[in-house]
Amino acid sequence: MKKVLTGNEAIARGAYEAGVKFAAAYPGTPSSEILDTIAREYEEIYAEWSPNEKIALEAAMGACFVGARALVCMKHVGVNVAADPLLTLSYTGVKGGLVLLTADDPELYSSQNEQDNRHYARFAKIPMLEPSDSQEAKEFVKLGFAISEQFDTPVMVRSVTRVSHSKTIVELEERKEGPVPIEIKKDPSKYVMLPVYGRQRHKAVEERYLKLKEFVEDFPENRMEINDKKVGIITSGISYQYAKEVFPDYSYLKLGICWPLPDKLIARFFQQVEEVYVVEELDPFIEESVKAMGFSVSKGKDCFPIRGELTPLLVEKGIMGERFQPPKPVFTEELPPRPPNLCPGCPHRGLFHVLKKGKFFVAGDIGCYTLAALPPLNSLDTCVCMGASIGHAHGISKVVSKDERKKVVGVIGDSTFLHGGVTPLMDIGYNKGTATIIILDNHATAMTGFQEHPSTGFTIRGEPTHKVDFLELGKVLGIKNLKKVNPWNVEETEKVIGEETEKDEPSLIVSEGPCVMLREAIKEYHKPYSIDADRCTGCRVCLNLGCPAISWQAVSGDMAITAEGKKRKGIAVIEKTLCPGCGLCHQVCKFDAIIPPEGEVKYGFELA
Amino acid sequence: MENAVTNILISGVGGQGIILASDIMTEVFLESGFDVKKSEVHGMAQRGGSVTSHVRYGSKVYSPIIKQGEVDILFSFEELEGLRWLNYVKPDGVILLNDYKINPPAVNLGQVEYPGDIPGIIRKRFHKFYLIDGTGLALKAGNIRATNVVLLGAISNLFEIEETLWIQTILRHLPPRLHEVNKQAFAMGRAQIKA
Repeated sequence: MKKVLTGNEAIARGAYEAGVKFAAAYPGTPSSEILDTIAREYEEIYAEWSPNEKIALEAAMGACFVGARALVCMKHVGVNVAADPLLTLSYTGVKGGLVLLTADDPELYSSQNEQDNRHYARFAKIPMLEPSDSQEAKEFVKLGFAISEQFDTPVMVRSVTRVSHSKTIVELEERKEGPVPIEIKKDPSKYVMLPVYGRQRHKAVEERYLKLKEFVEDFPENRMEINDKKVGIITSGISYQYAKEVFPDYSYLKLGICWPLPDKLIARFFQQVEEVYVVEELDPFIEESVKAMGFSVSKGKDCFPIRGELTPLLVEKGIMGERFQPPKPVFTEELPPRPPNLCPGCPHRGLFHVLKKGKFFVAGDIGCYTLAALPPLNSLDTCVCMGASIGHAHGISKVVSKDERKKVVGVIGDSTFLHGGVTPLMDIGYNKGTATIIILDNHATAMTGFQEHPSTGFTIRGEPTHKVDFLELGKVLGIKNLKKVNPWNVEETEKVIGEETEKDEPSLIVSEGPCVMLREAIKEYHKPYSIDADRCTGCRVCLNLGCPAISWQAVSGDMAITAEGKKRKGIAVIEKTLCPGCGLCHQVCKFDAIIPPEGEVKYGFELA
Repeated sequence: MENAVTNILISGVGGQGIILASDIMTEVFLESGFDVKKSEVHGMAQRGGSVTSHVRYGSKVYSPIIKQGEVDILFSFEELEGLRWLNYVKPDGVILLNDYKINPPAVNLGQVEYPGDIPGIIRKRFHKFYLIDGTGLALKAGNIRATNVVLLGAISNLFEIEETLWIQTILRHLPPRLHEVNKQAFAMGRAQIKA
């Protein structure tokens, strides 16, 4: 049966067909939908959202050590978190197959960097497969499990945004259980990486490398397509599709495995064609290896960009060089950009309004709230990786003056805190820190699509489970001052943050407000607010909240004056269809010009 | 369409139902026997920001994204987002635009004006241009969220594909309580263009 599937759905299908028993992940764009799909469609597979990628990999290792096929999925930067177990998993090897799926994000559509995770394959000395569409994504996951068991190695499969989030046609097949029996069997010299055993296992890794080097020479997914022999293109993954799109008649060496590389096959390709180009996204990973073999590459990173995503146009431009003719633009005026924004009614907006007003230095983290760094909120000052906000706030407050210390806070989302924030909070408690940390608890991993986490009270399959209480956790980690605020209530939030940051002790504040997009879970939305056009002075305070429901309307003539006779250039307008009635703008208006529905202010929303 | 692959670029604002519309188109082309690919970006890019979805079908499709200048049909759910991708369209391409504006942040803040007379700008450059009141018709059909289905009804005229296949595919993606509204929305959109 044929279906159109996204790369992520196809990866999930591949795991199902391969007889995978255990799948774990932490959500991260562009990988999140793999586990979403497994949980929704394939009940044969145990699935979990792990608190972070390291834990996901360690649990998958446990499953594979007793013979189960295990899949673990993460975005590119998630592999950094999982790198500690990964590099030594390369030594222990596996029993049941283990595939680590890394979904890279060239162009940084939804990431903090665009690192090229092909380097991890060489670094960890484990083979890496690179699918170029959904059919291959499914097949390469299955091949990955076979290679994993045949060579006693974990296998990485590398997707990118344009594979994970593109839909292409896939031929579905039946599930086949994995070949390895599941049983507990002790084997300390393989699984206990004491130095004495680790040294032996490193030898096994190097021997494995030599066997893999032979294997990739005849691996059918390393494929030569000989057409026009003037030009041969070496490529892999999505870059193959872009190159074929614009130069379908050239010859190709399409590499299904990007590490280790098939030296002899590459040498044969050079013999067959007159000149060779290497087309690859991001780093010159293949190009450098090919050059190190002593071959000359006619076009490589000197012609194709090292940053950002490739496109058919960029491949054409790189190959055509000076002969390239760009399409003629028909419209060249600059247009107002439309960056992503916090939603109308978002609980983060009230909190960041307070932090901006108080002129705090805000150590930030990864999530929707990172958008608070953009105008007009401009109130987030660092963002590097998951959990870093707490360490940043701690480090800053250890070195600045006592007065400045009171102006430093760390903010971190609920899911992000559980991912990487618990141990740095322990650091603050242990090392007598004084920072104030605010957990933005919106009861969801919102940015990636509302996945459950250890504090939502539900598993990936919606079963009720233990729910982590942040304040209890803060208490046992040594945080003395523990508070909760409703971020839609400006006065309360301002008061609590003001008091806590004054203290010479660490504080943990939970800013609790459900994500406004949790449509099914929210008890009720409120009626929209409206502007009293007689009173509005056009002061722009409400506009500076950056709420998409509030806009500026220039006025002139009779309208350029308020009922009280004050001059104005414009007024604020609330778009009724967008306003969920959170009440924030009403609280910041000094002229009573924002009218609550039915005269009553309700501070935000609650879960049913 | 004489070329082997037809390229459709769908544009709009996160939350307008663009991904569902492109899913439906993709399935319709698959069931009509074509090779088909589509591509879009999720995550941070979707929080009310500009959104595009590339849909390509034909005998054999390689790239999931369309080369700039090769768009056969620009299908925009919002005026400014239609204007933004004009340079991707072939000189003889078709443009189908929803007559609807959503202010970007700089316009909301009063820093710049929303570009004026976008339909006029497009009409001057492309003669195959259709302006559809998708949002107005969806309200008439009884649900503003059926805008995408009205627009699918309109664009369906551009392909030689049975109307029933479109309707079946759309209904498969919706709960039964929304079927009547959406059938009507599709019919209203379909009546807007005579290809």
